[in-house]
Amino acid sequence: MENQNKLAFNDGWQYAPAPESTDHITIDKQYGLFIDGKFSAPDEGRYFETINPATEEPLSSVALATASDVDRAVKAARKAYKGPWSRMKAAERGKYIFRIARILQERAREFATIESLDGGKPIRESRDIDIPLAAAHFFYYAGWADKLEYAFPGRTPKSLGVAGQIIPWNFPLLMASWKIAPALACGNTVVIKPAETTPLTMMKLAEVIRDAGLPDGVVNIVTGAGETGAAIVDHPDVDKIAFTGSTEVGRIIQRAIAGTGKKYTLELGGKAANIIFADAALDQAVEGIVNGIFFNQGHVCCAGSRLFVQESVADEVVQRLKERMETLIIGDPLDKNTDIGAINSASQLETIESYLKIGKEEGAEMHQSSCSVPDRGYWCRPTIFTGVSQSNRIVQEEIFGPVLAIQTFRTLEEGITKANNTPFGLSGGVWTDKGSKIFKMTQQIRAGVIWANTFNKFDPTSPFGGYKESGVGREGGLHGLGAYLRLEA
Amino acid sequence: MTSTTARVPVAKTYKIYIDGKFPRTESGRYFALKDSSDSIIANVCLGSRKDFRNAVVAARKAFAGWSSASAYLRGQILYRIAEMLEGRHEQFVSELVTQGVGKRAAKKETEATIDRLIYYAGWSDKYQQIFSAVNPVSSAHFNFSVLEATGVVSIIAPDDSGLLGLVSNIAPAIVGGNTCVVLASEKLPLCAVSFAEVLHASDVPAGVVNILTGRREELTGQFASHMDVNAIIVTDNDVVKEVQISAADNIKRVIARADTKWESDGAQHPYLIQDTQEVKTTWHPIGS
Repeated sequence: MENQNKLAFNDGWQYAPAPESTDHITIDKQYGLFIDGKFSAPDEGRYFETINPATEEPLSSVALATASDVDRAVKAARKAYKGPWSRMKAAERGKYIFRIARILQERAREFATIESLDGGKPIRESRDIDIPLAAAHFFYYAGWADKLEYAFPGRTPKSLGVAGQIIPWNFPLLMASWKIAPALACGNTVVIKPAETTPLTMMKLAEVIRDAGLPDGVVNIVTGAGETGAAIVDHPDVDKIAFTGSTEVGRIIQRAIAGTGKKYTLELGGKAANIIFADAALDQAVEGIVNGIFFNQGHVCCAGSRLFVQESVADEVVQRLKERMETLIIGDPLDKNTDIGAINSASQLETIESYLKIGKEEGAEMHQSSCSVPDRGYWCRPTIFTGVSQSNRIVQEEIFGPVLAIQTFRTLEEGITKANNTPFGLSGGVWTDKGSKIFKMTQQIRAGVIWANTFNKFDPTSPFGGYKESGVGREGGLHGLGAYLRLEA
Repeated sequence: MTSTTARVPVAKTYKIYIDGKFPRTESGRYFALKDSSDSIIANVCLGSRKDFRNAVVAARKAFAGWSSASAYLRGQILYRIAEMLEGRHEQFVSELVTQGVGKRAAKKETEATIDRLIYYAGWSDKYQQIFSAVNPVSSAHFNFSVLEATGVVSIIAPDDSGLLGLVSNIAPAIVGGNTCVVLASEKLPLCAVSFAEVLHASDVPAGVVNILTGRREELTGQFASHMDVNAIIVTDNDVVKEVQISAADNIKRVIARADTKWESDGAQHPYLIQDTQEVKTTWHPIGS
């Protein structure tokens, strides 16, 4: 079954290293909390290190915000909400958000480099996806600020007040833009917490917000881990919680704010089905499988982590996939040739490795690409499992790493049934050349984002969010506005 | 000798409605509904958690068919429900009066209920056009977002509005393709059972609407926690917190509609349909 025409990337020739330089960036030794328009020390004076997961070297230390710091941030946000921000003409509010977008574009290279340093993602992805999309998100929502009444026929939209936002480590700046941009456009002020392993681009975003001249307190950034997040969720003067992260923490948040009247949006876990029909363009489908599960080391809530291949082409697809995996370059996130960067943290690597063990123990067959990985840092080779069944934990649970579980199906109905056999419903993929089949599949997969003959595409105009246990509410597009507004009759 | 006794009226047995059938509660329990002079109006089924679980199974089974039925068909079926209710107008008025509602108010409530069904029947093939979007993405893809039904919805119907409050919550859920399990008003349960009979005569497929009578205190927790229910509508302020906590088990959508004046025009709008809808976004490349 071996493909005679395959490109022997690893045998014949090597890419010369093409590292992005770091001489154009500055990272302070220590960052305080960005509250009320300026950086300030945390009340209890504690800091924690953020490291480069590709080298395990420390990059900087950032403040550990406690409940009293969060309280300061919420007070600043409330003051800014009552003061300049809610009184400002909507068009002027929009202009500030446009400014953020423009400054991000100007400083894109710097942001991309820092994102890859702090989070381990390949520079090609932070340069071409994370940072441009973040800027685009601000640009998109900036324009909504003075047009909100057109989005909700028959209603009068009103801002909520102070939005508390908690974001994950997989797309740090991009997730910040998904949260901040619509919140501001809808007239709210913000207290936001980045993930503890990836705070640096948020610290840089604080500079952008300051330089854009936003009134003090409109955006406040507090750093820390779970307890800091809990202080935001529990703060009585926060009107809305927006969270992206695990379903487990989402449940805790939904319970914590029960009965408070706080509005919430939750973007939680996923276990997307990527379904390949025999009549698909198989080479494109293989690219889609690779993009679906190995993009950003598989640290993607909408990753195509369950592959379903129609039985008649299953052997061929798996073979082509294995060959394609051999060409993937794993290593220095700052190298422009790198396809797969570092796993974000030691603890995430531990989680992934525990699932590799579970997969093997459950009787699945594991295959990894044969590439070398650097000695230091956190790495996981691209991994696929075959011979898995629906009940396997590697099929049912989110791994959040470059690990794919492969199953087969015969009929369209079987494919749909298997795809929907999950408590999650964030995303899905379908590959076929037949239009009517695409629509049948995209209608029947119970998930919020469906990619047909493509995968892992994002755009500020395109709503994103899950069915079932993958979350509540949408971010992006017109539909993302509703999360930050109260609609009055 | 000829009898002079007046004809004995035939009293109705009030049962629950699951999967298009009218069983008694599996628990064999009942509660006596009494009028203001403390005489018994009816023995009403005291529905159990097992009844609820059975109803969820029926609602899940009905979901695929109902959610993929055409908007036109769903609209016609809602219209048909209104037609049937119009025909039984007098029955609902007298049932409301029996339960202590004033005659004029009962008439008004029944008429408003019929009109509410007509209102939502008309939305069936329009809300999608109001709430969907084609998204102008920057890459070479066609991208659009449409609404799809959330799934199985549990509804704790308003306690103080036995007919209009009930229908005002069922109609926007089912017109959008959801199936539901409803807990009728505990104070005013009779119209809910009679409304089930109307549904039964209106081509509503079995399992699309399931109606239980019983104690709110006993059943609310189960309505909120069941892992195969996708959303819950609550209409009492005092249970919202408890419901949200239980609903978190499977990230159920919680829709709180307390303090609604069901008789007002403000209690009907398409955003109530949107409450039990999911937004699905589909991408496809544009190319050769």
